Amino acid sequence: MTSLIIRAKELLENKTVQVVIGYEAGPTGVARPAFITDPAKAESLIYDERCVQNLAVYLTKREVKNIGKMAIVATLPVMRSIMMLISEQQLFADNIVVLGISADGKLLDIADNKVMQGYIEKSDLSNPEKYKGLLTEFNKLSPEEKFLYWQKELSKCIKCYACRQACPMCYCTRCTVEVNQPQWIPVKANTHGNMEWHILRAMHLAGRCISCGECGRACPVGIPCHLLTMHLTDQVYNYFKVYAGTSEKMSSVLSTYEPNDKESFII
Amino acid sequence: MSDFEPKVVAFVCNWCTYAGADLTGTSRIKYASNVKIIRFPCTGRIDFMLLLKAFANGADGIIVSGCHPNDCHYTSGNFHAKRRWIMFKELMDFMGVDMNRVTFSWVSAAEGAKWADVVNTTVTKIRELGPYVSYKELVNKSVEEEVKND
Amino acid sequence: METTRKLIRKQSLEKLYNILSTTRKVYAPVIASDKQVEYKYNPAFTDVTFDHIRSTLSVKNVVFPKVENLFYYTNKQTESTITDIDLNKIQDVVLWGAHPCDNAAFDTLRSIFCWDITDEFFAKRLEKLVVIGFSCHLSDEYCFCTSVGLTPNSTKGSDILLSRLKNGDYHAEILTEKGNAIVSISPELFESVTNEEAEITSVKQKFNHEQVTAKLATAFENPFWVANSLRCIGCGACAYVCPTCACFDIQDEASGKEGKRYRSWDSCGFGLFTLHTSGHNPRNVQSQRWRQRIMHKFSYMPERNNSLGCVGCGRCSSGCPVDMNIAEQLEALQNI
Repeated sequence: MTSLIIRAKELLENKTVQVVIGYEAGPTGVARPAFITDPAKAESLIYDERCVQNLAVYLTKREVKNIGKMAIVATLPVMRSIMMLISEQQLFADNIVVLGISADGKLLDIADNKVMQGYIEKSDLSNPEKYKGLLTEFNKLSPEEKFLYWQKELSKCIKCYACRQACPMCYCTRCTVEVNQPQWIPVKANTHGNMEWHILRAMHLAGRCISCGECGRACPVGIPCHLLTMHLTDQVYNYFKVYAGTSEKMSSVLSTYEPNDKESFII
Repeated sequence: MSDFEPKVVAFVCNWCTYAGADLTGTSRIKYASNVKIIRFPCTGRIDFMLLLKAFANGADGIIVSGCHPNDCHYTSGNFHAKRRWIMFKELMDFMGVDMNRVTFSWVSAAEGAKWADVVNTTVTKIRELGPYVSYKELVNKSVEEEVKND
Repeated sequence: METTRKLIRKQSLEKLYNILSTTRKVYAPVIASDKQVEYKYNPAFTDVTFDHIRSTLSVKNVVFPKVENLFYYTNKQTESTITDIDLNKIQDVVLWGAHPCDNAAFDTLRSIFCWDITDEFFAKRLEKLVVIGFSCHLSDEYCFCTSVGLTPNSTKGSDILLSRLKNGDYHAEILTEKGNAIVSISPELFESVTNEEAEITSVKQKFNHEQVTAKLATAFENPFWVANSLRCIGCGACAYVCPTCACFDIQDEASGKEGKRYRSWDSCGFGLFTLHTSGHNPRNVQSQRWRQRIMHKFSYMPERNNSLGCVGCGRCSSGCPVDMNIAEQLEALQNI
């Protein structure tokens, strides 16, 4: 990705930004986030199929923000996260430079958020292909099978909250689980409490999840918790014809309404 | 199962359904006594976690009810609630929680008879479905997970 | 006691396992449906894995469960009654198949839980635990036991340590009285030792822990911490998978007039961990929490508990969603 390195170097040299958030290769060959502040170190930036993490999570992190203006290597999920963060007033559009990466790994020329919005609108915003099949298969199960499946999966949860921490949309400085009046979610990790936590997480992300799958990837015990939010992403589109993260002015699905919203279960 | 008496919790709004339930009483309409009514300012204030807590604490069925669309005392609380219920129902269906046990309805202050009907229908349905064993087992199993450690 | 060496044949190993698992709780590793290695109570011998590098979670939960009830209480008007947990109900457990790093961690945990006041819950569980360890014939790039004073066949923490030979038989080192008690259940399974060599993997040493400890004494304000923890997202995965992390939270859970107090795992990586009621947080940002994690394991514990807070299992690094590699960072620290 020489074009990415050149662009990053340029931005740092002419002091347009103070830090470039991108990927570098760790000693074990795993791609990981890099925070480049020195133009000479821009050489270590990489972009290939190993670079899967959603870097937008760092845009709201205090220590990163403190460095100064940020440039960020942004694939489609990152761009959508940026749109969501701006629309929820967590990020100033003027504070970041987007180094867009296309689906085939090429550096995009993204001058401003309008261009980014145009790019997002042209892209496929439904859940990633690899999860669509899983979701369809899963939806074929009977309710009893589903209930047992989630019990088994969620019994493994250790409440490390990696799913929450890895999510760019989970930026609250004080999460509901950290509040004890009322104590919605028990502090301990047992199957029932874990299920309540994952329901709460999915509900709070309904209409805000941008289908990056970070929550599932981050889980150290391999719970496919991203299926919950992705299912809701499907349903938000199904009912309200909205995908999250398409414009910096969009309002959240669950904090708005249309008088003629359709449902079939209220008597 | 003949001696099974369903426990039903009703989350209702202050302005329509609660007043409607009041009217049911003053109109001397008889309805199933299995329901425990909890009054809220508005359906928009009914957190989905309350429904889960009701199941966790032994409810076999739940009723959530408020003002008809366009009748909300606070203009839009019920519209917001509707969107939330749609999402909640979809998530619960995806996780295998039995949503046949949850009745959502609009009951106005004038619909005393409808309230009696909503409660009776729900209680009959829950009576057929039986106690919510699988959710109770989930809760009990979680307690056992800890006791095993003792 | 003096270590005795025996040979245990492949077939005898299965017999031993079956005898143990029919008479007591045996906690052994299996490969779950999603390819993760997890420990289960009394799995069938055919399901037990002997070729895993590391389980996803450590085995510390046999002595330090993720949730542990401490007592129950009931309130009647102005009087409260407290019911203690009957510690005598804690059952004997045989830990089967854990590797030397995990077993050494029991000593580390003891140095914390039995430091000045003995934690009776922990001590009772440890007393009831018999460890049949397996030395490692496999390792990967995340392993670094040799950097923290251990080896793939250290006997520390094990009651019996088994090492696989090329022909599939095992050498058994019987290290403690508890180990002897296991042997005496079925002594005919333990034969005289042969000269054959055990298959032991080699793990490259990445740093010298004494030098790291010495370096840390003056590294508190070093810019290293911020630079190397910017990518840390502040989850608790590293602490929860760690075999030596011992921090816990204490909570009361009440329902009406009854309730219980329990403790559950906690992590110094969480912002809430040090948040004061006043709103002040002495570890305000993630770099300070990351520093605490390293400092505690490699500086404070050697100083106060006379033991190193790390056994080099590599779980924190392999399980980290953002590749915070502890061995790499310690290597870098040693050279700053």
